[in-house]
Amino acid sequence: MLRVSLREISAALKEGRVSPTELCQRCLSFIKATKFLNAYITVAEETALKQAEESEERYRRGQILGDLDGIPVAVKDNFSTAGIETTCASNMLKGYIPPYNATVVKKLLDQGAVLLGKTNLDEFAMGSGSTDGIFGPVRNPWSYSRQYREKSVHNSHTENEDSNWLVTGGSSGGSAAAVSSFTCFAALGSDTGGSTRNPAAHCGVVGLKPTYGLISRHGLIPLVNSMDVPGILTRCVDDAAIVLGVLAGHDPKDSTTVQDPFKPFELTNFIDASKLCIGIPKEYHAPGLSSETLALWSKAADLFENAGAKVIEVSLPHTRYSIICYHVLCTAEVASNMARFDGLEYGHRSSMDKSTEVMYAATRREGFNDVVRGRILSGNYFLLKQNYETYFIKAQKVRRLIANDFVNVFRSGIDVLLTPTTLSDTIPYVEFIKEDNRTRSVQDDIFTQAANMAGLPAITVPTALSEKGLPIGLQFIGRAFQEQQLLTVAKWFEKQVKFPMIQLQGLMDYSHTVCQHQKSAFFS
Amino acid sequence: MAASILRRSLLAPRCRAGDVAALHSGPSRRRAQAPGPIASGRRMGKSPAGERSVAPWVAVVGLEIHAQISSNSKLFSGSQVQFAAPPNSLVSFFDASLPGTLPALNRRCVEAAVMTGLALNCSINKKSLFDRKHYFYADLPAGYQITQQRLPVAVNGSLSYSLCVGGKKNQVVTRTVRIKQIQLEQDSGKSLHDDTRSQTLIDLNRAGVGLMEVVMEPDMSSGEEAAAAVRELQLILQTLGSSQAIMAEGQLRVDANVSVHHPGEALGVRTEVKNINSARFLARAIDYEIQRQIKELENGGTVINETRAFDYKLGCTIPMRDKEGKQDYRFMPEPNLPPLILCDNKSLPANTNHQHVVNIDWIRERLPDLPSVRRVKLVEQYGILPEHSFTLLNEDGLMEFFENVVRQTQMNPKKVIGWILNVMLGYLKQHNLTVQESPVSSLFLADLLNLLERGTISSSAAKQVLEELWKAEGKTPLQIVEEKKLELIQDQQELEQICQAVVEGHQEEVMEIKKGNPKVLNKLIGLVQRTTRGRADPVLVKQILEKRLSQ
Repeated sequence: MLRVSLREISAALKEGRVSPTELCQRCLSFIKATKFLNAYITVAEETALKQAEESEERYRRGQILGDLDGIPVAVKDNFSTAGIETTCASNMLKGYIPPYNATVVKKLLDQGAVLLGKTNLDEFAMGSGSTDGIFGPVRNPWSYSRQYREKSVHNSHTENEDSNWLVTGGSSGGSAAAVSSFTCFAALGSDTGGSTRNPAAHCGVVGLKPTYGLISRHGLIPLVNSMDVPGILTRCVDDAAIVLGVLAGHDPKDSTTVQDPFKPFELTNFIDASKLCIGIPKEYHAPGLSSETLALWSKAADLFENAGAKVIEVSLPHTRYSIICYHVLCTAEVASNMARFDGLEYGHRSSMDKSTEVMYAATRREGFNDVVRGRILSGNYFLLKQNYETYFIKAQKVRRLIANDFVNVFRSGIDVLLTPTTLSDTIPYVEFIKEDNRTRSVQDDIFTQAANMAGLPAITVPTALSEKGLPIGLQFIGRAFQEQQLLTVAKWFEKQVKFPMIQLQGLMDYSHTVCQHQKSAFFS
Repeated sequence: MAASILRRSLLAPRCRAGDVAALHSGPSRRRAQAPGPIASGRRMGKSPAGERSVAPWVAVVGLEIHAQISSNSKLFSGSQVQFAAPPNSLVSFFDASLPGTLPALNRRCVEAAVMTGLALNCSINKKSLFDRKHYFYADLPAGYQITQQRLPVAVNGSLSYSLCVGGKKNQVVTRTVRIKQIQLEQDSGKSLHDDTRSQTLIDLNRAGVGLMEVVMEPDMSSGEEAAAAVRELQLILQTLGSSQAIMAEGQLRVDANVSVHHPGEALGVRTEVKNINSARFLARAIDYEIQRQIKELENGGTVINETRAFDYKLGCTIPMRDKEGKQDYRFMPEPNLPPLILCDNKSLPANTNHQHVVNIDWIRERLPDLPSVRRVKLVEQYGILPEHSFTLLNEDGLMEFFENVVRQTQMNPKKVIGWILNVMLGYLKQHNLTVQESPVSSLFLADLLNLLERGTISSSAAKQVLEELWKAEGKTPLQIVEEKKLELIQDQQELEQICQAVVEGHQEEVMEIKKGNPKVLNKLIGLVQRTTRGRADPVLVKQILEKRLSQ
């Protein structure tokens, strides 16, 4: 029951095959069973059940609020949720309970969605592994899939089964793991440089980063205001379109949302591929791209070509400067955005209170991890009067060039760009932490952050399993505000590739052993 | 002009050009352009022989003025704006910088800034930008202030102001100061330091209130000029309604940049005098600072580029404890606000919702008469003196009061102005009252002046009535006249008798007059008035007495 898509469960609810309360309870117990994945920071059991009951009442009266009524969803823990702790996986906000809902959260709830809880992430969404938050790393459900287990049997020389678990990617790893492990039907992530698409690709789910300005950021605790977009993680493209329809639209509380009204759309099943023009950016043949992913990418291009589409190699010449500019702009905005965390109004406050300045310094040292502090430091350096022109202004200029590259490509007649989402499939945690957060971010955001620099919509679609039995996703980048076109192409592609469903028997077994282990530990 | 030239004290030790020039290499040198009023005397000029050459000092004063925008809500949030509300009662989530909150620009504040820009002859930027200015301070919750550093909403304007000069202050001269720019920005909260408990309390009611920062070029040269310019700005803001501009409530805050130099030489190092919250203190603070700098330089010292505060109790400026030395504000574009785009009739897009655009031409067409125009009109319409028109506008509500009285009385406005400026304003000032608080309404004053004009009472009786009216017991002037029997004595016979009695009782004076000293007649008139308690028509009394004495 939990493995179906949002659209299917919605139909089941409407037909009375399942009740919202039952569904919610099932999800909650599944969350408990998969607790070791560490996907959730907070499980809002009580409010979720209350919301489910209210939904049930609406179904009983035949007055449902919308397609999401009664559907369990999860939200990344950097969206403000009224009455529910919102931590950003940071000591700085531990215990912080926002008095208001982010606009996207409000829109979900207004549609009757049931909010199960808040998902894990890298501290303040700064990372690409979901490994650097105060609540510990998120485990990729595929670590426990039959597909991965079977393939890794022959080389599983470790007695300790636990040491080989894989990272989810990040920073929205909690949301990706939640959708992937069937504990919810859709989840919100945030996407600043790839934070939704990266973990979606590694966890074998769909990750959509809409056009900047299409969805309100009000209530999303910012990383980089000029690039942040609420992201959508679902099991399939159709589901992403449904959630997008609920979330998109102007918000007076976010002046950067566009005024034009957004019309929710349904995706067609059939497209005339011969009218499509797919661009393959040659600069995305980056060093470090795994041969498997490369092969898959090229197979995907063939797929379009064989269906009659025009597939053209295109050039985005400024791509290679993108990641470095991204880091300058990102850290500068981070330095600015983090200035508000001073321990006065909310969040952590150090007990060192000799003077206001001492309190500020101690609060920020205690509240932020090394990654956040490092970014604040470099951001402030770039913003210094003497450096501003050399770094910030220059990065902004290059950002414009990067955006123009896309404009030129789309102007030349390309409808959608096809690229890898990540360099390769995911890797075990023990491997991942051999490099620091910054190095990982540079590697992992390489294909994704340009879309954020240019504000374009992009979606990762799970495409195939690697030799190790792990998901590989491919990315489509569309024209600004042309989500319908982008998703239509993505849906067609999804249908062609027939990505296999995760087989979580292993996960259940593991859950069982963990439970046993905990019990014995408890009784000993 | 004299006021702007500050002569060297003759007692001061010799100070050579080189001593001063050394100061000019400081980093904060302002524009090299000379200030408006240039001293007439040249340095080492041809002064009278024998006198040591005495070059005048010229002061250069520029102002940065923060005017709180009169608006129901704050610049970027829906919180109400209200003076003296209970602490932290007007704080939205955005004002408290809760994570995830975003600014939404208040249209009213933009209109107020455009209006002010137009009134100050600025060119309005159709595109302006917002920036973040970073510094840590307890009453700045976000750690940065949103301001307009790169591209402000209005630039390159001017403000004409007048001041009364001359010995009797009856000579009106008009001067102009250039307006560099007007920028929109957020106000900060307030910190209340409790030293005994070593605590700081924060009130965020003011945090996020819209400010217009008006930057005036250093075109002034004395405290008096600066005060006059600020007063004129205040009047303009109040006329526009873009700010209530009440200095005592902090709605108008002035920082002054002050330096001194010798004419023809580069400008001196400037100091900034901060947080002056009354026009009177403004002039005193600036003049004190000018004198301090001159004295410093004449004693061979140097002026350092620093921030000073005016201590109004001590009447002097004192260096402010600099928090962290030189601050780098790490300016950055505000990413949550798109550029502020204004349009005019030409660029107005078709089919636009008027709620979504701010049209400069529309605002221009609806600008009220500015104070300078009103003054000219007052002079033309009522025939009053220009300096009187200044007084009428300078006192809040006085012009309206005057016009109401004029409307309701037959008395010539030229006479009315005397009653208002000399009698009424004098009384109000003496009792520290505003025009609005006047116990005598314009209607009662008009009634009173009508009684005077019709010859019902004499002017001295009118003053007596006014004394009663100040008590504000609700009696009309006519009631008071009747109760106190203050009407002019109409009965010729009665008057003749009184005059007769005075003449008979003062034979010495009569002899004096008859000897050819007509001035003594006034004494007799006065005596008659005293007898009648001012109820006699002085013209009539004079006639009767003259007739008597000539007999």
